[in-house]
Amino acid sequence: MNPHSLVSIADLTKEQILHILDQARYFEDHPGLKVLDGKVVATLFFEPSTRTRLSFETAANRLGARVIGFSDANTTSSSKGETLKDTIIMVSNYVDVIVMRHYLEGAARYATEVTEIPVINAGDGSNQHPSQTILDLYSILKTQGKLDNLTITMVGDLKYGRTVHSLIMALKYFNPTFNFVACDELKMPVEYKEFCVMNGIKYVEHKDFTQEVINSSDIIYMTRVQKERFTDIVEYERVKDLYSLHNSMLVNSRDNLRILHPLPRVNEISYDVDSNPKAYYFQQAKNGLYARQAIICNALGIDILAPDVQSKYVSHE
Amino acid sequence: MSNPKSSLAVAALKNGTVIDHIPTNALFKVVKLLNLENATNQLTIGNNLEGSKCRKGIIKIADVFFPQDILNRIAIIAPNAVVNIIREYEVVEKLKVTLPDTIIGLVKCDNPKCICNNEPMSTRFHIVDRSAGIIRCHYCNHTVSTINATII
Repeated sequence: MNPHSLVSIADLTKEQILHILDQARYFEDHPGLKVLDGKVVATLFFEPSTRTRLSFETAANRLGARVIGFSDANTTSSSKGETLKDTIIMVSNYVDVIVMRHYLEGAARYATEVTEIPVINAGDGSNQHPSQTILDLYSILKTQGKLDNLTITMVGDLKYGRTVHSLIMALKYFNPTFNFVACDELKMPVEYKEFCVMNGIKYVEHKDFTQEVINSSDIIYMTRVQKERFTDIVEYERVKDLYSLHNSMLVNSRDNLRILHPLPRVNEISYDVDSNPKAYYFQQAKNGLYARQAIICNALGIDILAPDVQSKYVSHE
Repeated sequence: MSNPKSSLAVAALKNGTVIDHIPTNALFKVVKLLNLENATNQLTIGNNLEGSKCRKGIIKIADVFFPQDILNRIAIIAPNAVVNIIREYEVVEKLKVTLPDTIIGLVKCDNPKCICNNEPMSTRFHIVDRSAGIIRCHYCNHTVSTINATII
């Protein structure tokens, strides 16, 4: 097992999270540092995810690495019945780091156990997606100037949305106040509410996405309410528009408020919000590039902020 | 002697192990956990016996003495079981069972989308709450109550 692998945000300490965010900031300020010249990065996507894959591959390319991989397990030998273990061991012979998306939960943890190459979890089923959390934190830090003492409102699918679960776990170090806005079918699972209680995190649950909640928020984190999550289609039709954000709802919101969304969005943020300066979801996706540059370097044990690394690469900029 | 051997529900052991105070609904899981289905020694399994507080199950196996780490497997489903070591008809030692911090290869994860149900690999669980008997899958993070755990 490689100690630099990244499986879950819960595996990182506060200091490690802050250090990755510092590195992301550095990559944003210094694009085109060829820190990974001569390295090969594998992107193994056993489940399609265009956005995450392109972001990781762009990050690797910008760092000067070469990228190999696949974007659909149907084109690989896993469709012939090869085990994940065998695929990981085989790919480990070729590359310096593996970025993996898998449809099975726990696949990333298991992958780290069968190889000495660092593995970066790019999503394992509904379990973990730590690079999304890092880019969410980076977006919050960039827009608010701090991570501490913020009021963060999470809206929509709080039951199945792994991005909101991971964000709660990462923010435990920063004394947040949460508003959880969801219908009964999609409300925050008990285990995460217990996590908040155990860590002294304040939260309030709401069924209605009210003006009062919006006006007290520093961050509104919108998520997509997915039709396939509902057993009762009538119920879906009833709630799908209850948790939509429209520009008119932002009139009296705080100046520092920013709207985040992991994307893709459907109708939970109406298009009239896009031109509002408080809409931040597209920049958020862009921040994913810097966050993933930092994550890939971290997995390879390269600290861009270390003096010896800087003297080697920054002068070539 | 207030309790003559002739009145016992099952015959006394000369040498061996008696596992007592097993919940009635866990008895056959304990049999499976200790792989007693394949035992060739004399084996007595009793269930729904009147205990001091409630009905219980009991297992007596002749001439077998289990290592503590094997006995601790029982704690997954019968945390209050008591193990009596018998030599020459006498109880020479009474052992309690302790839930190990990590349980490998014994409990099935109930998440069909967990990697451990889809690869040829051992399952692995960590203790979340020892007193409530809650364990968490090392891979997919699903939690299981040990009372409901499926034994592999």
